[in-house]
Amino acid sequence: MGQKSGKIVAVTGNEAVAEALRQVNPDVSAAYPITPATEIMQRFTAFVSNGKAKTEMILVESEHSAMSACIGASAAGGRVATSTSAQGLALMWEELFIASGTRLPIILALVNRAMSAPLNIHGDHSDGMGARDCGWIQLWSENAQEAYDNMIQSFRIAEHMDLRLPAMVCMDGFIISHSIERMEYLDDEAVKSFVGEFKTVNPLLDIEHPVSYGPLILTDYYMEYRRAHAEVMSKVKNVVLDVAKDFEKISGRQYGLFETYRLDDAEIGIVILNSAAGTTKDAVDAFREKGIKVGLLKPRLFRPFPYEEVGEALKHLKAICVLDRADAFGGSYGPLFMDIAATLFPYKEKPLMMNKIYGLGGRDYLPEHAENAIAELAEVAKTGQIKTFKEYIGVRE
Amino acid sequence: MATPLGLKELSKKEMLLTGGHRMCSGCGAPIVVKMALLAAEQPVIAANATGCLEVSTCISEYTAWKIPWIHNAFENAAATISGVETMYRSLKKQGKIDKDIKFIAFGGDGGTYDIGFQSLSGAMERGHDMLYICYDNGAYMNTGIQRSSATPFGADTTTCPAGSAIPGKLQHRKDLTKIMAAHGVPYVAQASPSHWSDLMKKVRKALETPGPKFMNIIAPCNRGWRSRTDDAILLSRIAVETCYWPLFEIENGVTRVTVKPKEKKPLVEFLKPQGRFKHLFAPENESLLQQAQTQVDAYWAALLKEEAFYALSAGSTEQ
Repeated sequence: MGQKSGKIVAVTGNEAVAEALRQVNPDVSAAYPITPATEIMQRFTAFVSNGKAKTEMILVESEHSAMSACIGASAAGGRVATSTSAQGLALMWEELFIASGTRLPIILALVNRAMSAPLNIHGDHSDGMGARDCGWIQLWSENAQEAYDNMIQSFRIAEHMDLRLPAMVCMDGFIISHSIERMEYLDDEAVKSFVGEFKTVNPLLDIEHPVSYGPLILTDYYMEYRRAHAEVMSKVKNVVLDVAKDFEKISGRQYGLFETYRLDDAEIGIVILNSAAGTTKDAVDAFREKGIKVGLLKPRLFRPFPYEEVGEALKHLKAICVLDRADAFGGSYGPLFMDIAATLFPYKEKPLMMNKIYGLGGRDYLPEHAENAIAELAEVAKTGQIKTFKEYIGVRE
Repeated sequence: MATPLGLKELSKKEMLLTGGHRMCSGCGAPIVVKMALLAAEQPVIAANATGCLEVSTCISEYTAWKIPWIHNAFENAAATISGVETMYRSLKKQGKIDKDIKFIAFGGDGGTYDIGFQSLSGAMERGHDMLYICYDNGAYMNTGIQRSSATPFGADTTTCPAGSAIPGKLQHRKDLTKIMAAHGVPYVAQASPSHWSDLMKKVRKALETPGPKFMNIIAPCNRGWRSRTDDAILLSRIAVETCYWPLFEIENGVTRVTVKPKEKKPLVEFLKPQGRFKHLFAPENESLLQQAQTQVDAYWAALLKEEAFYALSAGSTEQ
């Protein structure tokens, strides 16, 4: 529904994220170009050059330095954001752990792209999945609207005084980052007051109260730090829900830990992340018309993963197909499948499960892929037999 | 009025790196840090690359730093301090901070010449108001004396051990100080803790100069150099007197040698007290000793020539 102060626009995902950054107006941003995320910082630096954002830019010589400078800037005591894709995120990998271990609320827009080799610039989830265990919050987005809304909410979530954790907001490279969609921008003032003033915690720049960041901690206390991190991660979901409630007040748009689509009375279900969920919802509708009780679950908060809630939402199904836009080589199944399977582990009676790998390196995910998966699920539910536990779809044999 | 850099006045200043840290006895690095921080007149925030200095000064619940300090990782002290400095500028512009603060990054030669080289080069090019100080002990001492691009020619290290087929390190040192000067930054200098007054004047000049600055300071490591525990200052002095470690500055592109030894000592006086060069004194390695001496002589001669060139051109513009 349209809100009081919103503005309907036709923009790309990258443009929407850049707009969110302009509205939030971080104190510092360090960035390095990489396809398909580049456009975010091109647009954002144009805002800065024209006085529309007051952010101090650090145009670094690598993504490693981008995240290193973000860490320095965040520890200094202010609001910090950056963006990247694939190889860039991989180059940051060491720093991702340091940002989270140091509990710095840095925001990173991740435009999902396939990892090299072979070199490929198109969208898949192998970058974000590779960084799923680094102690960051991950919010995944189906379209430009969700990417924009998640960006704005991510500052409130990451900077929450119970958390102080970095967060990455994911959207599919090219499919969303470079496609123009109709969406709604919030009013500048609404975003400003929603995000609020940045609150510092032990800032380096407080020279009256000197602090040391980044100690050496060996066998005596390292494990306690890691357990503390795990405990903080367990508080994220409540903060995400609280922030979503406040966000609904200014936007009229509802967000949860995940989205369910025609799932409550469903017998079979698809689990899928990001843009492909849109295509799949159309297929769900088509099968519903044929009397097939199919539904969908699309994770939003992927890290920390809300295991209990997802399991609760899926446990009544007879069969589930998890579609992964990345493979976890050598781990038998795709990364999303493994998490979904884990949510159902505590239940005695559980759905049958199968896994399909699709869309790697930007390969199109077509309506027929969703339709085939649903038809196969219906058959599995009827016979109680799974023919193929895991397969690549949309691939040359 | 700035505190004069005299012993009497300096002795009244607070030591900003406290005792009780876990650096080895006789290590040159904490001496360098203490001198640098004593020279500073304004509050300083420091970043520290992973290395001996970092792992030994902030362990678990303890810190030896009385100033705000951040360790991020090995290769990124320059990028990290550039982030801190940028946040400072941002908040100052917004009127959220009014103090005058200086920013220093400390790194060993491994974290500066090698793995941190790109991060350092980037920060220098971007023009942050910061001073990067490399404490150069000529190897990866923290991990156990492995070869770096700052390791001197002929040295025995644990990854280029002097053996029967290969007599230690076969390459000459990377000339990082000149490479930093080639970035066109306003101030670059080389210093030694043996010449404390020269070192502290350089630090003060660097901190008073806006923009990116780089200092390379020799920091003897008795573990890696295989030298006596109490020889750090003596060896850094001999390094200057043999012209192995010339003391100079390059200010706005103009080179000036700040300390000229009255009598240039032979390099062997620097090499002899160090076990890492012991094998060079075997008769079959005589040519290596000569090669090392030739290299030092050539560098020193070129440096003096460079200084003379600038002195001459300064003279001609005055006319």
